Amino acid sequence: MNLICLSELAIGQRGVIEEVETEEQFRWRLQALGFRIGREVRLIRQALFGGPLQVRIGSVNVMLRRHDAAFIHLRAMG
Amino acid sequence: MKRIALLGMPNTGKSTFFNRLTGAGARIGNWPGITVDLLSAKILLGTEMVEVVDLPGLYDLHGFAEDEQVVRRFLLNNPVDLLCIILNATQIDQQLPLALQLRRLGLRAVAIMNMTDEAEQLGIRFDAAALAAGLDCPVCFISAKYGRGFPEARETLRHVLSLDAPTASPTSQTDFVADEALIAEAEKLIARSVKMPRVLEYGLSERIDRFALHPVLGVPLFFLALFLLFQAVYTLGTPLQDGVAWLLEQFRELGLVHLQAILPGWLYGLLVEGVYDGLGTVASFVPVIVLFFLGMALVEDSGYLSRIAFLMDALMARVGLDGRGFVMLLMGFGCNVPALMGTRVIRARGLRLLTMLIIPFSLCSARLQVFIFLISALFSPTEAPLVLLTLYATSFLIALATALLFKNRLGGGEPLLIELPPYRLPTFQQVVLRAWHEIHHFLSRATRFIVAGVVAIWLLTHLPTGVPAGGPETLAGMFGGWLEPLLRPIGIDQQMAVVLLFGFVAKEIVLGAMAVVYGVQGSALAQLTAQHMDWVQAFSFMLFTLVYTPCLSTVATLRGESKSLAFTGVSIAWSLALAWLLSFVFYQGARLLGY
Repeated sequence: MNLICLSELAIGQRGVIEEVETEEQFRWRLQALGFRIGREVRLIRQALFGGPLQVRIGSVNVMLRRHDAAFIHLRAMG
Repeated sequence: MKRIALLGMPNTGKSTFFNRLTGAGARIGNWPGITVDLLSAKILLGTEMVEVVDLPGLYDLHGFAEDEQVVRRFLLNNPVDLLCIILNATQIDQQLPLALQLRRLGLRAVAIMNMTDEAEQLGIRFDAAALAAGLDCPVCFISAKYGRGFPEARETLRHVLSLDAPTASPTSQTDFVADEALIAEAEKLIARSVKMPRVLEYGLSERIDRFALHPVLGVPLFFLALFLLFQAVYTLGTPLQDGVAWLLEQFRELGLVHLQAILPGWLYGLLVEGVYDGLGTVASFVPVIVLFFLGMALVEDSGYLSRIAFLMDALMARVGLDGRGFVMLLMGFGCNVPALMGTRVIRARGLRLLTMLIIPFSLCSARLQVFIFLISALFSPTEAPLVLLTLYATSFLIALATALLFKNRLGGGEPLLIELPPYRLPTFQQVVLRAWHEIHHFLSRATRFIVAGVVAIWLLTHLPTGVPAGGPETLAGMFGGWLEPLLRPIGIDQQMAVVLLFGFVAKEIVLGAMAVVYGVQGSALAQLTAQHMDWVQAFSFMLFTLVYTPCLSTVATLRGESKSLAFTGVSIAWSLALAWLLSFVFYQGARLLGY
């Protein structure tokens, strides 16, 4: 099974979180906002000039930076 | 006295609930074990006086952000009789793990499910009994915004507090250890007690975001919105300001002048030409300040600020900051002090210091009134908004340039994760309350500093006795004389030099000081100012006022929050040097070009 990074999703594409490979503090923060193994995320949009991503997980919209999103690995859907 | 602690994630409406529960009696206090101030209030619950403490919002108990450490230290050092856990009903799936975590502390608790009005619209249904059983505490369903379910929640708090149950307290840091099992437990509880539509669609927020976060249009739309806000404040505010100034002038001409016959000359001078003129000049700006804070409150409560962080992050990353830094600059438009305290959410010290270094360049409301006064005195009504816009743009540019210059010494990144909450239309009451809070803060600051400031200025311009008031032989004249070699190259004369000296204490004093120095107020002050300086001098003065240290409160906050004297020193020295340099370049440049 091929995993991709959250930062590699196309706009509008969904994926299921398979692993989160970040330092512990950030992982807890992600988890508190719903980034847990098995949850479905969707890339909504990206700001210009390499700016942050808007990601939806459940009912929550969050922004995170591209290089932080690279540590979240997904199984891509669709 | 028994103590209730309010806890919850950010964006749960915790503060709205706190305000409803406590009315207007909240005060800021110090607490054992923590260095930051928390809001608390004493309220009558049933027949008992109870203390309610509003703890900072947190995502989970074992987080490492300063706010999360504050909550832990508070719970370890202060006995709590009841935890009041505020949950956002629209995001119950994200919030339950924190609630379960808090329940593990063993304290008595009541869960408040807030924003049930929005949850209902989204089609979320709760099984109240199952939820209460799962959390092992009473659950109240309310809308803090509209007050629905509030009396019942209050009664539940009273009831639980009156029960004679033993209260355990967390005793050590290990009580806060994370538990992965909690998340599984939360998911099971959700499955048992909450019915959610499969995909939640925030239809309207989504449609707004299509424009507000548009890759190309987003940023121009933001600046347009900002421009319209200031334009509205200016066009609505200045006639009101003129009106208040006129009223105060009439009162002086028709009433106060008669005191001249009764009071000794020096006392009349001190009270009328000093305190009354000084305070009156500042008071005439209250309508502008009120409008300004109404606008700010509307923006802050709407959910737009986190979108601004999204839009600006790429730009801010280039100067070593992140999107939050830009939002804090915007908050600084109101007052720099709370903006500086807002940097607590930044965990990386270097990044936080860099953000704190640029906030004092944010054009705060106290500086705004100085600018509005000088701009209306020296520029035509068509030029005025452009000049003000230039000053705001300068404020941004200086902040960004400063960050760029210092980013290699300070700065440094940390992972960024910000929630973009759905847009909320704040209720009228909410906006008015928020604005009132800010205005109250402004007025108490203003009266404290200004009365002392204008009295001091009056004395300086009238002592020693026997020399012409405001002349070069007075104390003020002497101070001005010493500063002259430094300030002449930037077009600032002796009298204005003294005004700037007092502006270091607080910018609210500047106008009051000008009124005292020139011995007039209202429209006469504007005319006299226009005779004393041309537009080049006025703009140079405004540039200097914009850039040099905002006020003593800001300095104290910089010191308190950075806990570093060296950093505070660098901040002051840099802003003074930059202020002088910019004014010098502008003033000499404009004169060279023949203006």
